[in-house]
Amino acid sequence: MALPITLLVVAVIIVPIIWTFVLSFQGARYSDVARNGVFNPLTLSNYTDVLTSPGFWESLWVTVLYTAGTTIGSIVVGFAAALALRGAFRGRGAVRAALLLPYVAPVVAGAYVWKVMLNPQFGVINALGTTYLGWEQPIDFLGRAPYALLTVIVFEIWRYFPFAFMFFAAALTGLSGDIEEAALVDGATPWQKFWHVIAPQVMPVIALLTLLRLVMTFNKFDDIFLLTGGAAGTQVAAVRVYDQLVGSSDIGAASANAVLLALVLGAGLTLYLRLTRQKES
Amino acid sequence: MNSFRIQTEVFRILKWALIVFLLIVTLFPFYYMIVMSFVPIQDLLRNPLALVPNFSQLTLDTYARVIASEGDGGFGFGRFMRNSAIVATAATLLTMLLSIPASYAMTRLKFAGRRQVSAMFLAVYMFPAIIIAVPVFVGFQVIGLGTTLVGLTIAYIALTVPVSVHMLRSYMLGLPESIDEAAMVDGATRWQIMRKITVPLSLPTIMSTALYSFMIAWNEFLFALLFLSAKPELWTVSLGLTRLADGQEVSRTILMAGSVLLTLPIVIMYGFAERWLTEGLTAGADKG
Repeated sequence: MALPITLLVVAVIIVPIIWTFVLSFQGARYSDVARNGVFNPLTLSNYTDVLTSPGFWESLWVTVLYTAGTTIGSIVVGFAAALALRGAFRGRGAVRAALLLPYVAPVVAGAYVWKVMLNPQFGVINALGTTYLGWEQPIDFLGRAPYALLTVIVFEIWRYFPFAFMFFAAALTGLSGDIEEAALVDGATPWQKFWHVIAPQVMPVIALLTLLRLVMTFNKFDDIFLLTGGAAGTQVAAVRVYDQLVGSSDIGAASANAVLLALVLGAGLTLYLRLTRQKES
Repeated sequence: MNSFRIQTEVFRILKWALIVFLLIVTLFPFYYMIVMSFVPIQDLLRNPLALVPNFSQLTLDTYARVIASEGDGGFGFGRFMRNSAIVATAATLLTMLLSIPASYAMTRLKFAGRRQVSAMFLAVYMFPAIIIAVPVFVGFQVIGLGTTLVGLTIAYIALTVPVSVHMLRSYMLGLPESIDEAAMVDGATRWQIMRKITVPLSLPTIMSTALYSFMIAWNEFLFALLFLSAKPELWTVSLGLTRLADGQEVSRTILMAGSVLLTLPIVIMYGFAERWLTEGLTAGADKG
């Protein structure tokens, strides 16, 4: 019963991963792959090229900043939102549904609204800034170096805090009220209640979300590609792989880059799991 | 007691401030998208701060142009939406058809390699789209599926299957096996048990999983970009919209109208099934 699906996943996901690995050792272009399939001469030059190019290290650094910023940001905002919506009030269901919108909406639509809103000539944000906030001139949020990376991080937090919010909301409804009542009886302030009673209980959710968001953001492509195309200091690793593949149709370099990415991610995750496990024991 | 009261008050204010802030931040972009899709472009350029449309000047022309085919001087969104609907529906149906038996088997049968298969579905999360995209694109190109909707559908099935199996499996694990055993005593086969007992019992989760798969397929962009760029008649809405945006002469209001058309079907579906979706997605999250 599980066979057809296993075959499909093997064919479309596992085989490509292995093939990426093989391609990364070949100096292949499309025409070579079409003619010779897997059997091209092997070489290490892709790796030496990738590792010695400054662009690779820069994109890796940008990716790390981007991943850390959005993971922390989306978890903090999602947690705060879940706490704010914890107690019942009129219209809570509607508010909850509204907060999930950025996550549900297609990335392309979200990215283009942001682009129009942030446009230096006719975007509403710059119009507000120059009219009411005393900005001397419009800010090119997506085209200038320090702003662009910050903007894509904020965009990503906007899109993924609802994801964290859903998980926290589910975890908070699952908490037993007894401990909190006991804390209240003992005279705990709201902050103490949060810090000593609620936070420790949702630690597993924070750990799970950190893991999920790290993996998903590290290889994120669409959002940055759509917002900046990788310009102005926002070329994350995934966008770089795309540029190598489509821009210069250098499959070998793109594959080597992808394999190195997977290795970095694997190393990061191992480190993360080690650290969290040490804390637990 | 004093600090207790101060803190309670501060947190109450912070809570409402946060709710209002989050509502503005999440809703405003969509409001802006809708307003911008109705105003004439000159108004936007003249006054970027006009956030309440002048109702006498509202125009539906933008939408008419966006939907009309290129032959009629439009942008072909009618066709893009049809392509997206075909691919997303086919991918969702096939994903469900494949992942329901697989999830059932993984929770009920003790077959050789079961743990490896479960682990493989988890490992897939570690290799997101961009790493898989390179060889899938090259491979499909070689066997002739590179620039077809069939190829894209296959890729989408592979993308949605891991999440679907995860969601269905977490739910089916909670169904007592004693029901299966009772049916087995009455002479039912595994297939019959699955069809007549497990599927009806899991229907809410099946619906939320299907919705989530549809959402992933409808919203997907990278594979569509790699596969279909060369063939405008096959473009999905996401891809069509980005191609539209690259053309410098296309006005931003047209772009916003296209964005509304891209977002609307998903938001409507989500409106019907919000509760299911969140419950299905976070099921088993507390188990780690």
